[in-house]
Amino acid sequence: MGETRKISLSVNGKTYEEEVEVRFTLADFLRQQPGLTGTHLGCEHGVCGACTILLNGRSARSCLMLAVQVDGQEITTIEGIAPSEDEMHPLQEAFRDNHGLQCGFCTPGMLTTLIEFLGDNPDPTEQEVREAISGNLCRCTGYQGIVAAALDAAQRLREAKGA
Amino acid sequence: MSGWKVFGSRAKRLEDPALLTGQGRFVDDIILPEMLHAAFVRSPHGHAKISRIDVEQAQTMDGVQAVYTLNDFRPHLTNEHLVVGLPSPAYKQELDRPALANDEVVYVGKPVAIVVADTRYIAEDAAAMVMVDYDILPAVADCRAALEDGAPLAHSTSPHNILAQFDMGYGEVDSVFANAPHVYSESMWQHRGGSQSIECRGAVSFYDPIEDLVTLYSATQAAHTAKNILIDMLGLDENQIRVIIPDVGGGFGPKLVFYQEDVAVVLAAKLLGRPVKWAEDRREHFISTTQERDQFWDVEIAVDNDGKILGLRGSMIHDHGAYTARGINLAFNSALIVSLPYDVPCYYMDVVLAVTNKVPVTPVRGAGHPQGIFVMERLLDRAARELGIDRPEIRRRNLIPTEQLPYTKGLKTRGDAPVILDSGDYLACMEDALERIDFTGFLERQKKALQEGRYIGVGVANYVKGTGRGPFETVTVRIGPSGKIMVYSGAAAMGQSTQTMLTQIVAEHLGGDMENVEVVIGDSSVVPMGIGGSASRQTVTAGSSALLAAREVQDKALKVAAHMLEASEEDLEIDGNEIRVKGVPDLKVGLGKVAHAVAGTPGYALPGGIEPGMEATKNFMVDDLTFVNGTAAVEVEVDPETGKVSFLKYVIVHDCGTVVNPMIVEGQVIGGTAHGIGNTLFEWMGYDETAQPITTNFAEYLLVSAPEMPHIQMGHMESPTPLNPLGVKGVGECGVVPAPAAIISAVENALSPFGVFFDHVPLRPPEIVEKIQSAKALAG
Ligand code: FES
Ligand code: FES
Repeated sequence: MGETRKISLSVNGKTYEEEVEVRFTLADFLRQQPGLTGTHLGCEHGVCGACTILLNGRSARSCLMLAVQVDGQEITTIEGIAPSEDEMHPLQEAFRDNHGLQCGFCTPGMLTTLIEFLGDNPDPTEQEVREAISGNLCRCTGYQGIVAAALDAAQRLREAKGA
Repeated sequence: MSGWKVFGSRAKRLEDPALLTGQGRFVDDIILPEMLHAAFVRSPHGHAKISRIDVEQAQTMDGVQAVYTLNDFRPHLTNEHLVVGLPSPAYKQELDRPALANDEVVYVGKPVAIVVADTRYIAEDAAAMVMVDYDILPAVADCRAALEDGAPLAHSTSPHNILAQFDMGYGEVDSVFANAPHVYSESMWQHRGGSQSIECRGAVSFYDPIEDLVTLYSATQAAHTAKNILIDMLGLDENQIRVIIPDVGGGFGPKLVFYQEDVAVVLAAKLLGRPVKWAEDRREHFISTTQERDQFWDVEIAVDNDGKILGLRGSMIHDHGAYTARGINLAFNSALIVSLPYDVPCYYMDVVLAVTNKVPVTPVRGAGHPQGIFVMERLLDRAARELGIDRPEIRRRNLIPTEQLPYTKGLKTRGDAPVILDSGDYLACMEDALERIDFTGFLERQKKALQEGRYIGVGVANYVKGTGRGPFETVTVRIGPSGKIMVYSGAAAMGQSTQTMLTQIVAEHLGGDMENVEVVIGDSSVVPMGIGGSASRQTVTAGSSALLAAREVQDKALKVAAHMLEASEEDLEIDGNEIRVKGVPDLKVGLGKVAHAVAGTPGYALPGGIEPGMEATKNFMVDDLTFVNGTAAVEVEVDPETGKVSFLKYVIVHDCGTVVNPMIVEGQVIGGTAHGIGNTLFEWMGYDETAQPITTNFAEYLLVSAPEMPHIQMGHMESPTPLNPLGVKGVGECGVVPAPAAIISAVENALSPFGVFFDHVPLRPPEIVEKIQSAKALAG
């Protein structure tokens, strides 16, 4: 073990106090210490977006950050998106209904990126959705199902809000 | 298909809930107690002799558990090579990969030693401290140069750089060409790329001394292949090794291959008595995971004055990379597919596979087909241009009409079966695509655009592709006392919805409740044999076996239930997890009870004199390929200043026979199309002249992202194949196949005012600009 430091952070609403190696990336920390393996690593150099998490509500690449940088902050990962164990988030539902995933490896980053985006832009155009996920690579879907899912989710979220 | 409960429907995928909530289990998600982490020392040279490996410093680092080289592994290996080549008489030499490098490295990225440590971080630090002395040898990076006299040898121990050589063809080619009114020659090439699944490769292995069992979790497309190679290399018997495929984050071909890293991880775990994990990183994926597509063609087509094809002939050089990690199948597929959708009276292709100092070449989604189709379609475009015939029109005159199907080509598959185009309507498919892209209105659009200073173009390409490669895929369907329907198979999933597909087929015959079916695949312990996911084969092979097994279990269940309910079988139906008498809702028995009745009670006879167990195992056997077909039609705009190609419209009409789930089929075709667009316009796997890879991250090697990707408009045709009971054909690779040919044709058409032509993929913006500029300069 190299040099370590104690950090305290909230992940998906739960507080963790952990001793962490200073050189551990945030992604490795999340996957190995709390065991939240839903955050995936596709490139470890900041291009594929699979590792995207929400840091204080904003999307961030957990492969490009060190765990010690998030001391005292709030993180949401794919495991924390659904409102409860047996209910999915409308975005997750829309992904399933629109075939927005095949292998599912890019999915965590797509969901976190889109949650932030749909918060900022509840009524996007197709092109805006495409731009929003331009930093997330998917090799399976050709993006069409993902874009459809995002537009569908936007509508569901708007309706839920209006209701 | 009407009247079905779930078969043929856009059923939601069973795979999704876990994947959407972060509960998937990919190989890197497996965390075992006491687990160690591996990193590999890899060759930094394209070609070198190893004079010394010094592991001492690395071995003594804090947290390092072991460093192994081939010498350390040798006493534990019954075969130190990975023997995987598909058989063929065409081989001129055998080049199997050693488990780790012996005394020569022949490509950058080749594993030389494995370091195992407490964390991945330490393992990587230590790998950097393994000192290897290399004597650099001349490398051969280009497959054409490899065949020249005096070329450096890719392996210093080889007699030459020819891996294999073969030819194929039929008809009186020489006399036809000698007498043809028009002969057009072209040289073309296609460049290599990778699968670049977003999940890289990975392996976790552990040894259980109590069971004397080695377990390997591997992100592979073929569990049984991995198992068989490990049996061969480690001298194990069948009960001592189990290979499990966890969730796989995309395969696209290269994960079909068994790799050196797999065997090294297994041996390290066995020797250390602790679980060992290796998770490939992206750079490793770029240099050590197999790639595909370098081919150089010299071809000519003979046509008459009306554009009727008289013959096609030529030669092709295929880059095989440094080792045989699969076979000669790619070059074979390419040469075989060229002429297939068309009536080509005579054909000849001479093929050489050249060894180079690059990572081995094995199938990447499309497996040789995009190249062969590119060659045919580009030749047709050339002939059309020369003869002043419309591009669709020359195709109309040559496509094999549906009335002539089944149509026997004068060619044989690699298994020596005749090539028979089984079903489809190629012409109708093309007409549909042309209509969707409004080909007739295009000239008007183009004229108008030109007046605005915009360069738009349209392209069209037809394809067929052999799918559903046999010989079989086992499926067992079993109802247990719980009433759950279990499905076991040697099939493998890597994102193509295999569980959902098998569930739809089985549930259809056993109650129609998809939730009541559980599919267990990708585990060498559940069925004795398996082939796995490749060649767009699993719906054909595993799907058909599943159908036959489900029907047999259905018959058996009805028979037993009839006995139990004292009713006649014809009056019974399975609904959900119950069998009931039609029209008498109360007269019913649960599937679990029915299964229990044939599970056996000591001393009591089974009801109805039936065989024990509510199960059936089927191996649907198939030798002939079933050919899917389709047409891509593309409209693009090209910016002559920047060379940027943008899509205005992308249409693909395809026919994969009976559709089990249209949503999944669309997903496969669109995903494949994205891959094809990448291969055509973005993906460039560069090597310098010393065979050093120069594009080893996602900033240098570009994948298509969402903004570049057009909305794909799809059309389905359904011509069920007579070759299997479902009437299905494969679909996984179809989108890739026509993309290069259609897109390049469109780009060329857009730039027709400049009179520039293109003979290769990928075609990147600087090349387009350069071509235009030199054409302009020439025009003065
Ligand atoms: S893993 Fe972080 S961007 Fe790819
Ligand atoms: S679903 Fe496989 S990478 Fe996106």
